Amino acid sequence: MLKAMLGEAWLAMGANRLRTALTMLGMVIGVGAVVIMMAIGQGAQYAVQQTISTMGSNLYIVLSGSFTTAGVRSGSAGGPTLTVADAEAIAELDGVTNVAPTHQGTRQLVYGSQNWSSTVVGTTPSYLEARSWSIVNGAGFGDSDVRSSTRVAIIGKTVAENLFGGDDPVGKTMRIQQNPFIVIGVLGSKGQNLDGRDQDDTVIIPLTTAQRKVFGTPFLGSVRMIMVQAESAEAMPRVETDMTALLRQRHRLREGLPDDFFMRNLSAAAESQAETTRTMSILLGAIASISLLVGGIGIMNIMLVSVTERTREIGIRMAIGAREQDILMQFLLEAVMISLAGCLLGLLLGIGSALLVNAITSMVIVISGSSVLVAFGVAAAVGIFFGYYPAQKAARLDPIEALRYQ
Amino acid sequence: MTEPVIRVVDLGKSYETAAGLFPALKGVNLEIRPGEFIAIMGPSGSGKSTFMNLLGCLDTPSMGDYFLAGENVAHMDKDALAILRNRTLGFVFQGFNLLPRMTLQDNVALPLVYAGLDKKERRAKAREMLAKVGLGQYAESLPSRISGGQQQRVAIARALVNEPRLILADEPTGNLDSHTSEEIMRLFDELNGEGITIVLVTHEPDIAAHAGRQVKFLDGQIVSDQATPTREAVPAC
Repeated sequence: MLKAMLGEAWLAMGANRLRTALTMLGMVIGVGAVVIMMAIGQGAQYAVQQTISTMGSNLYIVLSGSFTTAGVRSGSAGGPTLTVADAEAIAELDGVTNVAPTHQGTRQLVYGSQNWSSTVVGTTPSYLEARSWSIVNGAGFGDSDVRSSTRVAIIGKTVAENLFGGDDPVGKTMRIQQNPFIVIGVLGSKGQNLDGRDQDDTVIIPLTTAQRKVFGTPFLGSVRMIMVQAESAEAMPRVETDMTALLRQRHRLREGLPDDFFMRNLSAAAESQAETTRTMSILLGAIASISLLVGGIGIMNIMLVSVTERTREIGIRMAIGAREQDILMQFLLEAVMISLAGCLLGLLLGIGSALLVNAITSMVIVISGSSVLVAFGVAAAVGIFFGYYPAQKAARLDPIEALRYQ
Repeated sequence: MTEPVIRVVDLGKSYETAAGLFPALKGVNLEIRPGEFIAIMGPSGSGKSTFMNLLGCLDTPSMGDYFLAGENVAHMDKDALAILRNRTLGFVFQGFNLLPRMTLQDNVALPLVYAGLDKKERRAKAREMLAKVGLGQYAESLPSRISGGQQQRVAIARALVNEPRLILADEPTGNLDSHTSEEIMRLFDELNGEGITIVLVTHEPDIAAHAGRQVKFLDGQIVSDQATPTREAVPAC
């Protein structure tokens, strides 16, 4: 019976092709819009998540803060209030996995006839661990390199490309501010960070070497920044409190005096950005859903016209033994078929235009199986929801009246 | 004594109108036995259409009882009536009422769809019935490709396909010329000869003459019920 009804629904759809096609078009556009909007929204979410994962998880940055001398306040990181000893003390705290005191600045790099300006980061081996940054070529430096201020460097991908071109940088000697450094490793690529800065445009050298040879720090042992990684997201609030207390105590700050350091929760910033993109993608989907709704109303409209036009047919069917539920099913099936066919074409349209957007704008596009499933489910639901009223109207016709209808 | 196919007892139907309750049918009694060929006659407004709608289980009576094949259908619900129409009755209409988009074969097979038969059985039976009315070669044609008389034959094939106990024909020759009408009536005669019970509504005496028994309606009542004089009547009881 169902098979016969499917066949009849197909016939009915074919009887007025233009009308069926136009009705379907409403669904095609609706589903297409939902698919592409979800693809863009999920793409944005994916891009943010990728960036967050390259940043390293559960990170704090402690910056040396403003200090006040004779009423004159310096800005943030205005002076070296943090020390390597502070970093070592923080490392002793519960829930802290990695601590990396760092000192960074922009310097000109020279290799052969090439030169390139990049961010030079002086730090300890923990830095790479905290940021879960791997070395794809060569090796990293160890704590002994930090202790003995060796002139070794690990370079990012961008630096490798710009300074060394096609050459293998490992083992080569480049100069940072006249000081020769041996390149011992090349970092894996991380791409852009949340602010859009190229994270691969960097050179990492031992902290002590940086302070003595590159930046010429006046107070040895002081640092501008300490990167701290907590063992888990749950441990972060406790680590923050402990760290504040520890640093205030170490810096001998009396009750009532402001902190002479700043603490930034990098993960929180990233989370808020992720939240923004999530909201955006929900909003996009919601707007696209409105066109799906309009498509559904189009189906209802056409089904109502169709029921009126086919009143006599309904009467004949009833006379030869169709029950109410048979008529109901027939019209419902027709509405669902139009809706699903529209959905299928809409999926093709949506995926096609998503690929097109991807090809011409390099925007990240993610078409997930779940969004395809959702589109199908919604289309079937739209067909049933908007097809039900016309189908019920048909099923409730009085057979005598319907047979008399001209 | 054979059990009647149809027995109506004091059957009545009233309609609500603006002027109050209008009695279209005022307590009719009638029995129809298997194999009978009955013509129902009367002017318009006589109640014969109302009576046919009740016989065809398309409507429910306001009063009285209607026994179809021994079952009282006066108080059945819509679904049960639909099943009765499908299994026990066959309809032939004045306007043929074929579905224009379907082939003749599919039109004839339509009652079998609602009876729940599978496609193979439906095809076979529909072809058999089309052959019976002499249109086997047009099985794959659309109704618009054949003449009115042929369309009515297809409608008769559709009415027969479920092997009903009774065929109800409402002015089946009303849209046909006299020659074609005669052909259709000959087909009814043949079917009646095979033992099929036929109830036919008409206002033309020539057509009614094919029936063995003529029942005349006037003002919602039966005013005469007699065997057709020119033909040997089917013996009552």
